[in-house]
Amino acid sequence: MEQVSTTHRIASGSAVVRIPDTASLPVIETEAALRALLASLSGVDAVGAAARAAKLATRSLKQSTKRDALDLAISMVDLTTLEGADTPDRVRSLCAKAWRPDPADPSTPSAAAVCVYPDLVATAREALAGSAVAVASVATAFPSGRASLAVKLADVAEAVAAGADEVDMVIDRGAFLSGRLGQVFDEIVAVREACGTAHLKVILETGELVTLDAVRRASWLAMAARADFIKTSTGKVAVSATPPVALVMLEAARDFAEATGRVVGVKLAGGIRSAKEALRYLVVVNETAGALWLSPRYFRFGASSLLNDLLAQRTKQRRGVYVRPELFSGD
Amino acid sequence: MDDHPVLASPLNALDYDPAPESAAVAHLHESYGLFVGGAFTAPEANEQFATLNPATGRALATVAHGTTDDVDRAVAAARRAFPAWSTRPGSERAKYLFRIARLIQERSRELAVVETLDNGKPIRESRDIDIPLAAAHFFYYAGWADKLEHAGFGPAPRPIGVAGQIIPWNFPLLMAAWKLAPALAAGNTCVLKPAETTPLSALVLADIIQQAELPPGVVNIVTGDGRTGAALVEHPDVDKIAFTGSTEVGRMIQRRAAAAGTHLTLELGGKGANIVFEDAPVDEMVEGIVDGIFFNQGHVCCAGSRLLVQESVADEVVRRLMRRVDQLRVGDPLDKNTDVGAINSAAQLARIRELADAGEAEGAERLTSACALPSEGFWFPPTVFTHVAQSHRIAREEIFGPVLSVLTFRTPAEAVAKANDTTYGLACGVWSEKGSRTLWVAERLRAGVVWANTYNKFDPTSPFGGVRESGFGREGGRHGLEAYLDV
Repeated sequence: MEQVSTTHRIASGSAVVRIPDTASLPVIETEAALRALLASLSGVDAVGAAARAAKLATRSLKQSTKRDALDLAISMVDLTTLEGADTPDRVRSLCAKAWRPDPADPSTPSAAAVCVYPDLVATAREALAGSAVAVASVATAFPSGRASLAVKLADVAEAVAAGADEVDMVIDRGAFLSGRLGQVFDEIVAVREACGTAHLKVILETGELVTLDAVRRASWLAMAARADFIKTSTGKVAVSATPPVALVMLEAARDFAEATGRVVGVKLAGGIRSAKEALRYLVVVNETAGALWLSPRYFRFGASSLLNDLLAQRTKQRRGVYVRPELFSGD
Repeated sequence: MDDHPVLASPLNALDYDPAPESAAVAHLHESYGLFVGGAFTAPEANEQFATLNPATGRALATVAHGTTDDVDRAVAAARRAFPAWSTRPGSERAKYLFRIARLIQERSRELAVVETLDNGKPIRESRDIDIPLAAAHFFYYAGWADKLEHAGFGPAPRPIGVAGQIIPWNFPLLMAAWKLAPALAAGNTCVLKPAETTPLSALVLADIIQQAELPPGVVNIVTGDGRTGAALVEHPDVDKIAFTGSTEVGRMIQRRAAAAGTHLTLELGGKGANIVFEDAPVDEMVEGIVDGIFFNQGHVCCAGSRLLVQESVADEVVRRLMRRVDQLRVGDPLDKNTDVGAINSAAQLARIRELADAGEAEGAERLTSACALPSEGFWFPPTVFTHVAQSHRIAREEIFGPVLSVLTFRTPAEAVAKANDTTYGLACGVWSEKGSRTLWVAERLRAGVVWANTYNKFDPTSPFGGVRESGFGREGGRHGLEAYLDV
């Protein structure tokens, strides 16, 4: 009796997104125009979005897919330390780790960036000289965003002057939730200008926006204001990145790219600690936004402890045995 | 900005490597007998037939063809078991149902693989939907067994007697659970006839029933084809027939049952409409349409096989839908990453092909997923027809395959009129962010089930069943008990 099933080449499951060559960004000159743009967006059914995310989580990554995905995830990490207790030494150690995450295995890719407070940007810049690892800095009165625009812009200017390649700003959630959309938009535009050539990541703090409808609208608002990345969270509130939030933000980035020709990246931050979770998010990227976003240029994980689990799983894939976690340095 | 340091991606897309579940965990036997009187027995006439793996077209095992004499033995065993089973305290009957539910959970991996091998459905669906739901039905009705007097059918509702239950091939174990669990909870004894092309999971269930030490004869399982089913329907000592299957066979059964005065419930075909308004939550709606028609290869009686979409968003919905359809991974049902598996039989494949060809001949536009299909076994690619008219065969006849017909409408009244323009009435879906409109439409749909902003959601606590040519009687929930009580 036949017991062995056959295997066949099948569709990759990756989403095919058609991005127009000529960009046509939405013209937002009034708050009414912004309001109209956001009102034109489809609602999100929260139950359906959660069900879709849960279904994607059942994908099984094996063999070379798993090996490639682990390397890709490592290359997407923004290795982060955002504590009051941060010291220059700790930042230098983090930079070394981001540059060569596993000194025992030179084939390990570098992380994408090191993410620090503005006063430590110069330290990181110096420590990473000669590497391809970017220096990212939070700014705009991170994490609460509760400061005047002048203070926020000064914060950004300091980070950029110290050599930040990327700036992670927070939006004014109070203004967004109370309907002062123009204020949020104008702030992002102003920060974008202050960034100069640095990349701008706009943190929506989805845990405070609460509904997926608000996440979708805030994503479009930030993208229309020329964000280079939209980012879930500061990591400083109870709820950070979740699979349904990631799904909705990736849908927003996909739809925005198709509508405007401008590709905006997505960064998930806060609470992602295991390689398993990271790989599940890569599946969401693959099947929602598609191959273009499967690159550190357009997708990042903001995390600290995640990197060590990715390294442990990578070593397991290569050596066939699990290694002690202590094998990898703490920072 | 482009000189910003970025690292090259090591891969273009996550091209998932094969992740096959092991076929060996099915522990299939070479051949199976009939489960009568609590034991596997040899059939009266030694007639056997093979059940195939539809993904390869090769035989998995042989099963017995139950003759009229075999059906007679099974009904007699059920009759003998009835007095003791029906007078047992409800809490005692519940004990057995709980035991069966737990054993289904314990052997869920084996059952999922057996179901996928015999039916062709993806392992993800048998693992995550069929088997857990089957266990959930036994758990749910175990809870009712000692509370029947509170179910709203009088102070001391009595069972009907011997129930003959004929189930289809699309959800073999789940349909067995839908039929057996309420019948046993209510105190009936059963003769179950699994579908000819998918008998194996019911035979594993027979093994579980033995393991649970259910008293002999309370459940009997007789495999065979339509002749076996006919013998069960025509048996004079069967008090109740419960049938799930085609409307054509349902009609024949109803004629017979009407003449004999047998209790009857029928769950038949459907031509479900998924109604999409322009304010629908678009991403979840696309998932819902895909799930509505490509879940279980479209072998679903309540499949959303007609998409009624508001004209103002029709092009955009079809564009997004086709992007999603092209992503569906069609292939080895045992691969954990497969979305759409094999068509259950050569006969069903021929029927799907015939109707799809008719759709093209009648002038509808055929859009087919570009996926490669395996060379052996029975396969049909996910297919969407646009520009479908109400009069086309693909808009009227149940295809029971992965084929969606797209029609458009302009007003809610037109949507309702088109949705109801069918001889069936099993299920519909309504997609809108406006609750008042959803309720307005749902009130006017002639269907047993209406889903709002979702599709193909099943739960043991929720009654399921149709109106008009989709049948009558309800399965699931408190309502499902009525089919097995003499009320």
